[in-house]
This record gives sequence, C-alpha cells and structure tokens, in this order.
Amino acid sequence: MLHDSVWLISIALMSLMSAVFIFVYVLSHVRHADYKPLQKRAYRLRTAAFWVLALTLGPTMIYSLLDLPYDESRGSSNKATPQIINAVGYQWRWELSRTEVVVGQPVEFRVTSADVNHGFGIYDTNLRLVAQAQAMPGYTNTVRHTFDTEGTYRILCMEYCGLIHHNMVTEIKVVKLAGAQRG
Amino acid sequence: MVEYNNTIDRGTRASVLAHIATAVLTLLLMMVFGLLMRMEQAQYIELGPMWFYQLMTLHGAGMVGVAAIAGAAIMWHFLRQYVSLSERIFMANLALFLVGVAMILASVLGGNFHGAWTFLYPLPTKSMGLWSPGAAALFMGGLLVIGAGFVLLHLDIARAVIVRYGSFARALGWPQLFGREEGYGPPPAVVASTMVTIVNIVGLVVGASIIMMMIINAYVPSFSIEPLLAKNMICFFGHVFINATIYMAVIAVYELLPRYTQRPWKSNRVFLASWTASLLMVLFIYPHHLLMDFAMPRWMLIMGQVISYLNTFPILIVTAYGGLMIVYRSGIRWDMTSRLLFLSLFGWAAGAMPAFIDGTISVNYIMHNTLWVPGHFHTYLLLGMMTMLFGFMYHVGNTRRDATEGMIDRIALWIFAIATLGFTLSFLYSGKSSVARRYAAHLPEWVPYDRVAAVFAALVIAAVLVFMLRFLLRLRSAARNVPQIALARGNPA
Repeated sequence: MLHDSVWLISIALMSLMSAVFIFVYVLSHVRHADYKPLQKRAYRLRTAAFWVLALTLGPTMIYSLLDLPYDESRGSSNKATPQIINAVGYQWRWELSRTEVVVGQPVEFRVTSADVNHGFGIYDTNLRLVAQAQAMPGYTNTVRHTFDTEGTYRILCMEYCGLIHHNMVTEIKVVKLAGAQRG
Repeated sequence: MVEYNNTIDRGTRASVLAHIATAVLTLLLMMVFGLLMRMEQAQYIELGPMWFYQLMTLHGAGMVGVAAIAGAAIMWHFLRQYVSLSERIFMANLALFLVGVAMILASVLGGNFHGAWTFLYPLPTKSMGLWSPGAAALFMGGLLVIGAGFVLLHLDIARAVIVRYGSFARALGWPQLFGREEGYGPPPAVVASTMVTIVNIVGLVVGASIIMMMIINAYVPSFSIEPLLAKNMICFFGHVFINATIYMAVIAVYELLPRYTQRPWKSNRVFLASWTASLLMVLFIYPHHLLMDFAMPRWMLIMGQVISYLNTFPILIVTAYGGLMIVYRSGIRWDMTSRLLFLSLFGWAAGAMPAFIDGTISVNYIMHNTLWVPGHFHTYLLLGMMTMLFGFMYHVGNTRRDATEGMIDRIALWIFAIATLGFTLSFLYSGKSSVARRYAAHLPEWVPYDRVAAVFAALVIAAVLVFMLRFLLRLRSAARNVPQIALARGNPA
C-alpha cells in the first residue's frame, strides 16, 4: 500500500537526518582551528549533496506526476461504463444517489456540497483512506475509483464542517454483479 | 584562516522580553488545550464536541499567533543591530495582538464560535445556529486586528531596511547575486527580514481582504463570495503567515551559531540565491493545500507539487547544511542555547520530509486531512520554529559568563526532544493509518494512537514548563544585562 511506503520513506529520510546531525554533534567537540580548508571541502560536499538531491527528487517528482487523480482514465482499467454516484454533502450528512456498486467496475463519484466545504473520503474495509476529493459549494469534483474487493466501504468527511463533522459518515456496499441495485 | 568578527550585542530590550513572555505564556496555555484535545480523542476525558472544537479553534489561532509574535520578537531583536527600528511600532504590534486575542477569546468562549482558525468560507457564517454572525465577525475581526499590527511592524521594517540599504533589492543582496558587486550581501538577519517583510505584507493584505469580505458577508448574506477564490485567498494568507514565522525565528540560528562556533555565516551567493528562491516559492507554493480541489486549474496544482519539492533545497542544502558546516569540528561549547538551536535545525529539516511527500498529488489523495498533516507541521513548527524560540529564550536569559544551566534544564531538553519526536511520530503514524484530522471523537480503532500521543504531549508540556520558568526567573537580569556566549574551545574570549 502507498500508505506504508510513504511512512517508511519518511521515517528513512528523518532517520538519515538524525544520523547526520548526531554525527556532526559527536564531532563538534574538538576544534579544527583552520576553517578555510574545512569550508572548501564542505562546499564541495554541498555541491555533491545538491546533485544527489536533484537527481533523486527530480525523477521521483516527474514519475509521480504521471498518474494524477484528476485524470479521466483514473480508476478504470477497462472500458466499462462507469457507475455514477452523485454525492452531496450537507451539514452533517451525505446524500448519495445510490449506495451499491459492482465490484471491479469503475465508479464515478460526482461530489459537491449544498452548504460549506466538506471532504469526500472513501475508506476501505480495513479503514484505509483510498480516495478523496473536496466537496465544494458551487463545484462538482469527480472522483474515479474502481473497487477491487467486495464489502462495506465508509465515506467520512475530510474537511472540518462544524459540530458534527466527526459523525458525518455514510456507507457504500460493493457487491458482485447479481446483487447490485440499479443506478 | 576565515575571519569571524563578533557582532556587537546591544542587549535585549524590555519590549522584546515582553513579546517573548507573552508568547511563551500563551504557548503553554495552547499546549494544554492541545493536550486536552488529544486526551478527549484518547477517551481519557469527556469534553464533548462543542468544547473540543472550541479548543481546536483557540489552539490553532493561538499557536499561529504565538509563532508570529515570537518570530517577530526574534527578528526585531537581531535586525535592530543593523537598522533603526521603531520600538513604539513594535509595542503597538504587541498591543494589537493582545486586543485581537481578547476578541478571539470572547468570540469562542462567549459566543461559542468554533469554525476553526482557518475560517474556511462559508463555514463561519453557516453554523447551523450554533454561533451568531456577530461571534464569527468578532473572531475574524480579532484576526484582522492582529494582522493590522503585523502590517504596521513590517512597514516599519521596510522603511528601516530601505533607509539603510536603499532598496529591497539591495537588502536581498541582488547586486551580489545578479550584478557585478563582489563580496557578501547584507547580513543574513537583514536578508531574512527583508524576505519576510515582502511576503508577509502581500500575505496579510490578501488575508485582510478576504476577512473583510467575509465580515460583510456575515451581515449581508447577499454579498456572496466565490468559494474557491475565498479558499485560495485563505490558504495563501495562512501558508505565507505561518511559514514566515520560521523564516523570522531562524534568524536566531544565523546570528547565534556563528557566535558559538566563532565561525562566519555570511550571505554568499548560494545563501542569497536560496533566500530569493524562498521568497518566490513561499508566494507560489500555496496550491499544495488545494490538491484535492479538482476544480482548480491543473497547472496550479502541479505547480504546488513541483514547488513543494523545490522548497526542500533551501532548507536542506543551505540552512540545515550551513548549520552543520559551522558546528562540525568547531569545538563549540554546548549549552542550552546552542543545543536547542542545533536541535531546531534538525526539527525543521526532518519536518520538511513528510511535508514535501504530502505535497505529492498522488500521496495527498490518500493522506490529505489525515493526521499526517499535523504530523509534519508539528515537527517543523514545534521541533523547529518553537525550539528556535526556546534557544533564544535561554540566550537572552544567559547574562552571566559563568552561568551554567542546571541538571533540570538538560533533562528537560532530552525529554522535550524525545517526547516531541514521539508526539509527532504518533501523529504521522496515525496519518499513515488514515486517521482523519479535526475529529472530536475517534473511531475505536484509532484510540490507541491517541493514547500514546497524549502521553508524549504531556511530557512535551512538562519540558516546556521548565524552559518557561527558567526564562521567567531570568527576566529581570535579561532586561539589564547583555547576553553572554560560551566561546568555542581554542578561542580567546
């Protein structure tokens, strides 16, 4: 899962930072009287660090931009007609045009709000956030997602919207083809 | 041999100490509010959602205010070594800050306003009857008054910098960076203050504009605002203002670490380029707060991600690396000030890691508005910016050359470092586990993380209490004497 990768990469980078700071701290107690040569070496190392950073971050950034959630092809590996769900956020409930979808077929959530900003967050059966978009008054944001496994998915509000924000929850059932309600 | 010329320290003005005392007392109160929120989520106490969201609103607004007022005091303290600043305007800023705080407290505690410090349109005026338009206007008016104080302060800084250096361009070292002038640019404190002044004036004007529109909207609902434009303006203002606090506070690192290590931290071309780049990036990076607003122009969202990545360069390659460079084999004498400042550089650099990753659009899709977000900003604000403040507090209080901190301070420092890391990592781990942000009550599966976080938060507060008490005990001495620095080994006093 991307969640785990993001966590591990962050921890690895933060640990690397810690190691560098501890290294410098440990070697700080003795004074190298002539700073000039030390400074020259440090500047050379900085240039190298710059290029390492640039050559690591640059391609990572470009690669990550190849797959954006805004793309219309997102969530659809096949050409099946998407199952459309109109989702409207209200203080403090969701109104969905349908609550059952078929597993393995693309779903298109057309998300908006009738009052304030909300966040439309789709949580899988393991309570992992798998997709989201802001529910904005006056705008419709389209979230495209294909559910790979059956089960009951929860929709949670991801943007603070007032007193009952934490209880603004609804559910979607992802079922096999035969059991799905007509949309 | 690279020469280091000691900067003349003109002592600490009572006005600076007043700012810092106000900031640290407010900080402690806001930390207690934060702890109460975590304890509520951990189900250790039962406040109810109304109190939770009121505390959340106060915690957010209060912490941003604390960071701003503390950062301003640090910047003003060092900048006045180079330019002539008005102390009256500086104090007017503090007075307006206190008026603003009183208005915000009245709005939240008296008027039940709990629309979050982000006052995201149209929530402040659509409360489902839980607070009045007057309470919303009072809250936003409080922010406006605080903002007006900062505009005054920055205008005075702009005046002083232009009088001394001729223009913003010269104060940013552009003749050295882009022109033919050889040598170093103005001192880092001047470069940083100029950058902060430019971005904050722009940010505050945008923030004041949207607040004014929203106050009108509170009383005249037919005066409606385009919601996405409002969101852009609020995010722009919020991003610039909170980030400026770090850029103000880091001046303590630029000024003090060289004194401790007896090594220069000059405005060379790389330094100047990084600050000019940061100036532009802080103005154009804000769409990374709007990555889940699919209606935004796509180029702006991609720009938000690209700049989030680029923004790590000045932090890592210039400031963090610069700090490491002058400390390495320097013979530095470690005391509370130098340790805290060194730790603060780590906090800033480490916090930038989960932050830029969150700026990746495909990551934001599954992490936005989870606890990952407070996870990264608590790292660079608490372990970065606030730690710079604590280092500065020890510095101004350290007025005797033979003064040594007690064992309790050193223990507090270790507790602070470990507990803050534990606290922020528990946020980040919760974010990784998709725990939603700004929830008064958590699902049962999330509660264990909250319990761990609450324990670490309590330890952080205990450590900060020690820092604060030490500062308050030294206040009188700090107002009368010049701070002393423990010189690096092998250097004449």
